[in-house]
Amino acid sequence: MKKILIVDDEPNIVMSLEYIFKKEDFEVFIARDGAEAIEIVENNIPDIILLDIMMPNVDGYQVLNYLKNSETLNKIKVIFLSAKNKATDIELGLQLGADKYISKPFAVKNLVKEVKELLNKK
Amino acid sequence: MSSFLVIAVILVYLAVIFYVAYWAEKNSKSRWVNNPYIYTLSLAVYCTAWTYYGSVGLAATSGLKFLTIYLGPIIIIPTWVILMRKIIRISKGNKISTLADFISLRYGNDRFLGALVTLICVLAIVPYISLQLKAISETFNVITNHHISAISILDDTTFYIAILLAIFAAFFGTQHTDASERHKGIITAIALESVIKLVFFLVIGFYVTFYLFNGPTDIYNQASVLPNFKTQQTIDGLNGGFNWFLLSLLSMIAIVLLPRQFQVTVIENEREKYLKKVIWLFPLYLLLFNVFVIFIAWGGNIIFQNQQVDADLFTLLLPLNNNNEFLALLVFLGGFSAAISMVVISSLALATMLSNNLIIPYGFLKRFSKSESEENTESIKNIRRISIFLLIIIAYFFYKSFTLDRPLVSIGLISFVVIAQLAPAFFGGLFWRRGSSKAAKYGIITGFLITVYTLLIPLIIDSQSIVTSFVDEGLFGINILKPYELFGLQLFEPVTHAFFWSLLFNVIIYSLVSVNKLGSYRERNFAEMFVDSTKYAALQEGAYVWKGEAYVRDIRKVLTRFLGENRTERALNLFYMKYDIDKKTQVADARLVNFSEKLLTGSIGSASARILIASVVKEEEISLTEVLNILDETQKAKESNKELKERDKQKDEFLDTVAHELKTPITSIRALSEILLADDEIDNTTKKKFLTSIVNESERVSRLINNILDLEKLATGKEKLDLNENSIKNTILKSIDPFRQLAVNKGIKINLNEINDVEVVYDEDRIQQVIVNLLSNAFKFSNEENGEVKISTYVNQNKVEISVEDNGKGIENDELLAIFNKFYQSKNQTLLKPIGSGLGLAISKQIIESHNGKIWAENSIPHGARLTFTLPLNTK
Repeated sequence: MKKILIVDDEPNIVMSLEYIFKKEDFEVFIARDGAEAIEIVENNIPDIILLDIMMPNVDGYQVLNYLKNSETLNKIKVIFLSAKNKATDIELGLQLGADKYISKPFAVKNLVKEVKELLNKK
Repeated sequence: MSSFLVIAVILVYLAVIFYVAYWAEKNSKSRWVNNPYIYTLSLAVYCTAWTYYGSVGLAATSGLKFLTIYLGPIIIIPTWVILMRKIIRISKGNKISTLADFISLRYGNDRFLGALVTLICVLAIVPYISLQLKAISETFNVITNHHISAISILDDTTFYIAILLAIFAAFFGTQHTDASERHKGIITAIALESVIKLVFFLVIGFYVTFYLFNGPTDIYNQASVLPNFKTQQTIDGLNGGFNWFLLSLLSMIAIVLLPRQFQVTVIENEREKYLKKVIWLFPLYLLLFNVFVIFIAWGGNIIFQNQQVDADLFTLLLPLNNNNEFLALLVFLGGFSAAISMVVISSLALATMLSNNLIIPYGFLKRFSKSESEENTESIKNIRRISIFLLIIIAYFFYKSFTLDRPLVSIGLISFVVIAQLAPAFFGGLFWRRGSSKAAKYGIITGFLITVYTLLIPLIIDSQSIVTSFVDEGLFGINILKPYELFGLQLFEPVTHAFFWSLLFNVIIYSLVSVNKLGSYRERNFAEMFVDSTKYAALQEGAYVWKGEAYVRDIRKVLTRFLGENRTERALNLFYMKYDIDKKTQVADARLVNFSEKLLTGSIGSASARILIASVVKEEEISLTEVLNILDETQKAKESNKELKERDKQKDEFLDTVAHELKTPITSIRALSEILLADDEIDNTTKKKFLTSIVNESERVSRLINNILDLEKLATGKEKLDLNENSIKNTILKSIDPFRQLAVNKGIKINLNEINDVEVVYDEDRIQQVIVNLLSNAFKFSNEENGEVKISTYVNQNKVEISVEDNGKGIENDELLAIFNKFYQSKNQTLLKPIGSGLGLAISKQIIESHNGKIWAENSIPHGARLTFTLPLNTK
């Protein structure tokens, strides 16, 4: 079973994502800000992370940075899931090393497809 | 030493210097050419043959007085970061190419003033150039053992050297028609020469001190037994002190105003930041140069004590006397390089002045305005080339025909005194906006005449051995008119005496005339720009105030004559782009007039540029108040433009945030709806949960939209307040009702003990909105155990303060102001997102401000946050 970590501070978004990926047979982990995400990742390495950017305290950029600087964690796939959707935001996100950048609001089917594609890629 | 050998060495040396100049001109972008060290070294053109030989001569006869010439600069140079920066900024901004241009522009492109300054400079500097030629010639004779100077010009080596220098200056000095461009070839060559002269001087100093003698102590011991030693080495009481002070002041002025110094410091400056190197490096250079002067002087006094030897030549005679010809040759070359640097830069600076401030504005304008551009640029260059040749040749004949048997120093100082007459007009113009053109002219002329009377005439009488009682008894035998003791003043030596009186009268006349008679509007316009340069520098062309009528077509024609089609086209394109003006515009505005004047200034000087442009422009007088108003308006327009941009940026950021805030609930709504739509097997409880969330998030969207509209209405003042007299206590009680149940649930105590009732005029709905907002924040942040929220009112003079206080963690100090920003979410929040939109406090602030009240946050003691707003008591 693939493991997915959902990082977002919006309870309703988390709720929907949790439902979607449980349905797709993922083992789902939830973090409601960056600090919690890092804590979870250190104990239980997921295959993929859905990462919001604008969160209190530790934001999405910082989490990604943390992952990319760790030898054990830098292979985890990361998808930024953010309402920031200016071209410059997207470019910045990808430059920092995210595998995908999906803007909010997202289409559920599409999100699931992107996640699966990314996991199948070697 | 044989003349041929020395001439050969001179030729090789000149070839090297020419090559360096040529190389630098070709590689003008190189880092070797453009750096603060080259710049600083080029400033050392201050040290001429006078420094090389004259300082020693002066030190040998009058002790430490030689130091004053370097003390002034060393004291004043550290202030250059401010003073010189200002001068450089003004000069670059206005394409100024000479000192005369600078002064004439400050006083409204005054043609006569520019010419006057030019004449003063030529009169002061030509003899000074002669002096350098004399130094070359004399030292050449000493080193080649000629005792009779050449009789015919054609036999005189110095003549040929002068011609070579003129060629050098004319060739490298007129590469560009625009004289405000930098002359990188010449400057690099000068910098190299500055290194050479310093190194060679240090070598000879070292040689005398440690080879001819056993170090400084040895020289001192031997010199101190010579007669006159004591009197030479003291300042000589109060009189001497005054002399020292005035000489230092004189050299402070000279280091800025000597045409060659203005040229290297201001015109040739590539970057302002070079000044930061200059302020310590240049004084260091001067100090190094002076370390050995006194020892060479004492050494000379000791060795030549019973011989009739010119002290000016000690530097050269000491090694010769010891049969060290090689070292003597080095000294000769050092002095030679010091002399030719001065000759080249001075003649270049003077020639530009002559052409741009005297010859072109008075003689050639008519012709120029008729001929074609190529002809014109060639003519301009030729005028400068001929001027350079003329200056050097006149200087040569001056040295040939007048017996300049005064010590080097005294003639140098006379130049200084003459140049110093420009100081009141220059510095006054820089710092005093009232200083006027008429005042500058009268001041300079008065100062110059006094210098002539107190210094030049007696000197000529003295040196040409004319028999008259003028010096000893005064003009017409009137005692108080004695040239060396004017009005009975016996305190000073001749040079300082002349400096004192001339400058005193110059300043007095300059101030009095300025105060009594206002300058023209044009002068005052430029005065404003010079004095307040930082304020108007940013405005550039816009700073110049002008009213009148002009056509682009006419101005373009004038420009084309001097710059050619291509350059004119390019310059105008740049101008249109910069100000975003339509190219088809036919009527010229002040900016184009000023821009064009500046373009021409570099080529033909500011006065001519002004006259030429004025010839195609119909100008109207404007009053000073108008000038100032327009300047201020332009300044304000600039500022408000900046403000608009800032506001635009804020608006963009606001829209970004709004979009983000709206997208968040929509994301939930869309995701949950899609799930419900696609999944038929979903259980009822989950379905209910999802639908509730969708409803909540939809409410959040509409609340957000309402808040944004609300805020916008309040901010733009579109909504009128419904102002009535209300009881503040009632309003508070009304606001608190919805919270009572919440308080019971969360176990929070509501404290209403400190509410006084006052009647105040306000919009009750709006104020209730504010109080509810503050209360919901307080309930959110109050302590989880024994929570308490307290509302209090306090009447203070003419206003009532209403505070809402909780006993939670309080607010971080750096957030106290920021929490009133739109969409600001405190860092301190719990993980659960607050229900608020992030606009509550921003709206509250807007409401309170439209009631003419204030709202602020502070931390209460021992802990908790207190938000307070005020309402004025007497509004209606």
